[in-house]
Amino acid sequence: MKRTNLATGILAMAIIALMATSCKDKNKEQENQEGHNTEQMDDSGHMDGTMEDHSQMEQDNMNQGGMAMMSSEVVADYLTLKNALVSDDKDGAATAGEKLESSLKDFDTSKFSDEQQAELTDIIEDATEHAEHIAKSDIGHQREHFDILSKDVIDLLAIAGSERTLYQAYCPMYNDNKGAQWLSATEEIKNPYYGSKMMTCGSVQKQIN
Amino acid sequence: MKAVKVTGWILLVALVGIQFMPTERNQSDLIPKTDFMVVNEVPKNIESVIKTSCYDCHSNNTDYPWYNKVQPVAWYLEDHVEHGKEELNFNEWDSYSSRRKNSKLKSIISQIEDDEMPLTSYTLIHRDARLSDNEKKIVLDWVSKLKDSL
Repeated sequence: MKRTNLATGILAMAIIALMATSCKDKNKEQENQEGHNTEQMDDSGHMDGTMEDHSQMEQDNMNQGGMAMMSSEVVADYLTLKNALVSDDKDGAATAGEKLESSLKDFDTSKFSDEQQAELTDIIEDATEHAEHIAKSDIGHQREHFDILSKDVIDLLAIAGSERTLYQAYCPMYNDNKGAQWLSATEEIKNPYYGSKMMTCGSVQKQIN
Repeated sequence: MKAVKVTGWILLVALVGIQFMPTERNQSDLIPKTDFMVVNEVPKNIESVIKTSCYDCHSNNTDYPWYNKVQPVAWYLEDHVEHGKEELNFNEWDSYSSRRKNSKLKSIISQIEDDEMPLTSYTLIHRDARLSDNEKKIVLDWVSKLKDSL
């Protein structure tokens, strides 16, 4: 199961990487999601945005962009949650967990292939449970759930893609030295598992576009 | 004084009335192929602890206490069991994906570690469901091993 997961993930990322190459530089403007979209359309020479006029290939292109857009709410709420944990803010994390719960619920999987849908549904169900727990736990538990939630979100983005550039970071100490990953919008390490206790523990593993 | 009397009567009638309301009983003799104990090689002592302390609320078969015949206790328990099964149903273990299994095991470990499970409201009456320090340790060790093997 894990292996299939990985294989699907790699495949999805390869596709996304291919499709995103043309607008990689613009991706760097993380905050400017709207602008990025328009520019992508400009690149392919279509300003009108009516789907009917596009050829099949261009439609695929649009869909890919659209799919990455679908994950943007989830990514935004995840990052809010991460930032709250970085600043040891239990209440902030709880609120963000609640928001994430609803953005996960709103995530529309219908545009994906059957196999991807099954995978996404599984990921979303799992992530939702962790978000629920984060909404009503103390900070120690919030961080434990955030560990597994991060894996879920990483897997979700491997399928759906992300509009903004993210950095996958790794802290080798958390979880009895088993290590834990998280996603951040910046390259600078700010550890959500330890917060002020060990702010700079960890390193960036890779960049997700 | 009269008002108190009337209220008293209404309450009494209501209490008797709700005794006739039906409740959903969580009982089944069937042990499905997906049961936790069927799909995992669980040592006897661990199995016995989990069955005694967890299965009443986290499986399709509850060993009901006598007072479950009395309302509103029965409703309270019904709600409890329903929610428990929603979170985790050992009878349906193998129908969970590996991702879900991993998460469930993680939750089992942290809830036992922090004495959140089994619930105090439950162990108050089910004294045998309380986990001794030793039971906690052996269950946690074993569940952690299972989780790492996934």
